[in-house]
Amino acid sequence: MSTIAPTAPAPDRTPSSPRSEDSRLKAILGRWETLILALIALVFLIGSGISSEFLTGESLTTGSSDFTEYAILALPLTLIIATGEIDLSVASVLALSSALMGYLWNQGLPMEGIIPICLVAGALCGLLNGWLVTGLGLPSLAVTIGTLALFRGLAFVILGDESVTSFPTGYTDWAFGNFAGTVVPNTIVLFLVLAAVFAVVLHRTPFGRAIFAIGANREAARFSGLRVNRIQLRLFILSGVIAALAGILLTLRNSTAAGNVGEGFELTAIAAVVLGGVSIFGGTGTIGGVLLALILLGGIQKALNLDPDISTYWVNIVFGILLIGSVLGPNLAARVREARRINSRGTRPPRPGRSAAPQSGPGGEGNSNA
Amino acid sequence: MRDSRFMRVLALLFAVVLGAAVITGCGSTKDDEESGSASSGSTAAETTAADSSATIKKGLNVVVMPKQLGNPYEELEDKGTVAAIEETGGTAKIQGPTDAAASSQVSLLRSITQQKPDAIVLAANDPNAVVPVLKQAQQRGIKVVTQDSDSAPEGRQIFINQATTQSIGEQLAKQALETAGSAGGEVAVLSATANAPNQNAWIKIMQTELKKPEYSKIKLVKVAYGDDDDQKSFQQAQGLLSAYPNLKSIVSPTTVGIAAAARYVSDSKYKGKVAVTGLGTPNQMRKFVKDGTVAQFALWNPEDVGYLGGYAAAALASDVITGKQGESFKAGKLGTKTIGENGEIVLGPPTTFTTDNIDKFDF
Repeated sequence: MSTIAPTAPAPDRTPSSPRSEDSRLKAILGRWETLILALIALVFLIGSGISSEFLTGESLTTGSSDFTEYAILALPLTLIIATGEIDLSVASVLALSSALMGYLWNQGLPMEGIIPICLVAGALCGLLNGWLVTGLGLPSLAVTIGTLALFRGLAFVILGDESVTSFPTGYTDWAFGNFAGTVVPNTIVLFLVLAAVFAVVLHRTPFGRAIFAIGANREAARFSGLRVNRIQLRLFILSGVIAALAGILLTLRNSTAAGNVGEGFELTAIAAVVLGGVSIFGGTGTIGGVLLALILLGGIQKALNLDPDISTYWVNIVFGILLIGSVLGPNLAARVREARRINSRGTRPPRPGRSAAPQSGPGGEGNSNA
Repeated sequence: MRDSRFMRVLALLFAVVLGAAVITGCGSTKDDEESGSASSGSTAAETTAADSSATIKKGLNVVVMPKQLGNPYEELEDKGTVAAIEETGGTAKIQGPTDAAASSQVSLLRSITQQKPDAIVLAANDPNAVVPVLKQAQQRGIKVVTQDSDSAPEGRQIFINQATTQSIGEQLAKQALETAGSAGGEVAVLSATANAPNQNAWIKIMQTELKKPEYSKIKLVKVAYGDDDDQKSFQQAQGLLSAYPNLKSIVSPTTVGIAAAARYVSDSKYKGKVAVTGLGTPNQMRKFVKDGTVAQFALWNPEDVGYLGGYAAAALASDVITGKQGESFKAGKLGTKTIGENGEIVLGPPTTFTTDNIDKFDF
């Protein structure tokens, strides 16, 4: 069945648009990543102005390890968002995994047993999300808002307000430590391995092509023989497992398990995905773009945190502005392009004032208010 | 097909309701503000190596970290710390996480350590998560003081304890006696959540105190739990008064509970007959003190907690003290303070607020 996956990504959403849309899209993507690179350069410039500590190995170590969980959560989210769905519950699964880890450790289970149990719990969370979305056909936005509250609540039921510490030092040292004498944290090495796997799956396999096909046009994907529901169910389960893994890493990195960890992590992870050029409507995106966005966001956080005069709120503010910009930018560009296309044919632009086209429409009808 | 749409809506509703129920069911998850942690550590009294004749250095650079930005109680504490550092001629900057998770504090502390301030004064979100990064900071010569909420002792040099568990428990028993009237009678406790560690520890001390002969006229009839939720505390106060018609006083060792109980009593027929007391902030209780519902309540002054933390940090960073038991230093307007067991300094007994002094406080 799934062998009939389309070879070209993104069968067009607007059937009337010309064939050249595809190559244009690629060009925009290219430009988008260039833009992110330019922003990264800017942030590094500003960062080294803020503090001489910014461009140091220690900043790389601490800045990247603080971003481990966002980065790991962003990987399955990239896949889910590329299909046009969303999973807002990832940070709550992370917390549930952390709380479960603490609870089981208190019960005297060995770490070797706890880690698989947490991953399975994450898979079950993902299964619930996936079943509600694919089995019952509910919108993923609403479902995962519900499970965001549900899983977070369960985390508090399991562990209450307490926190659990004293995890075995063998594990915490690994999570806290760097890879083989370099300045790169072990957890980031693990992330990079995962990122490579995700990149191969998304960009080099039929499964990856199916993801883009679903995101571009769900109905068309179904009619071309893709088992859309099954693929999405798998993605939600994957997201649950990876979120549980992130929870394990966070717990070990801080050697503390608690139910309140990771509040709001889903927002940063989603910001990274969307900023990385993955369309929030599905159908396009690359793991590489998301990696760049993660570097950008991580750099911003580190730079702002190094200056005691800058309130921590600014990290959120800057992330928020970037997120809006990343949704707005391509949207505006598309409108301008559309307006130009119509203008060049001599017809009136659909949204006056929005296009920078010199010639004004000939017929000044209803909506021609300047 | 119509049915399946109905099922979808139902399932969605189910997920949302269940999620909400679980969250509210587990009660308040916010951090408890008044943590008076008990100290039962070792008694490692050693000779002082500090130069007590030394003076506080000028121009110290201190970073102050609350549990979370925007927490009004923490802001008061930090205001005190900043004031103290500025009195010594140094500068203090407040840098804190935007959420109360331990991991957020850890990540920020790493960046602060890179800034290499002379000292860090923090209220720890989690006693253990911050220890590795604080140890790292100390290895680089940064002095670490915790206030309000301690880290494990190896993470810091000094902990400013706002009040000991013992002194708060005794205070609550005293309040019960003083507010129940000369004839004594029944009192009830309106606490936070049933598993709130601070409140439970205080109530336990209070119960022990009440067994003493001077408290023989006082009978504690019930400990109710309002979960630090205003509405629930209000209802619990209502329930207590209807279940125990002879109740003389409600003692609430939580700022949420005391305000809710006072609000209920002030609008009910019990006003003037049943006293409300416990731990609250002056701004929140002013109205009820003025209208006669509340005769007295207590709390430590959070600004003083921070102020003492600031002076302790300055003294450490100036090598006036090293954090060992028995060392003492001048803490500005609070006078000379001595380090106790386990590197703890206790601020002192809580301040009791009555109609006479409440207008002197604004927090």
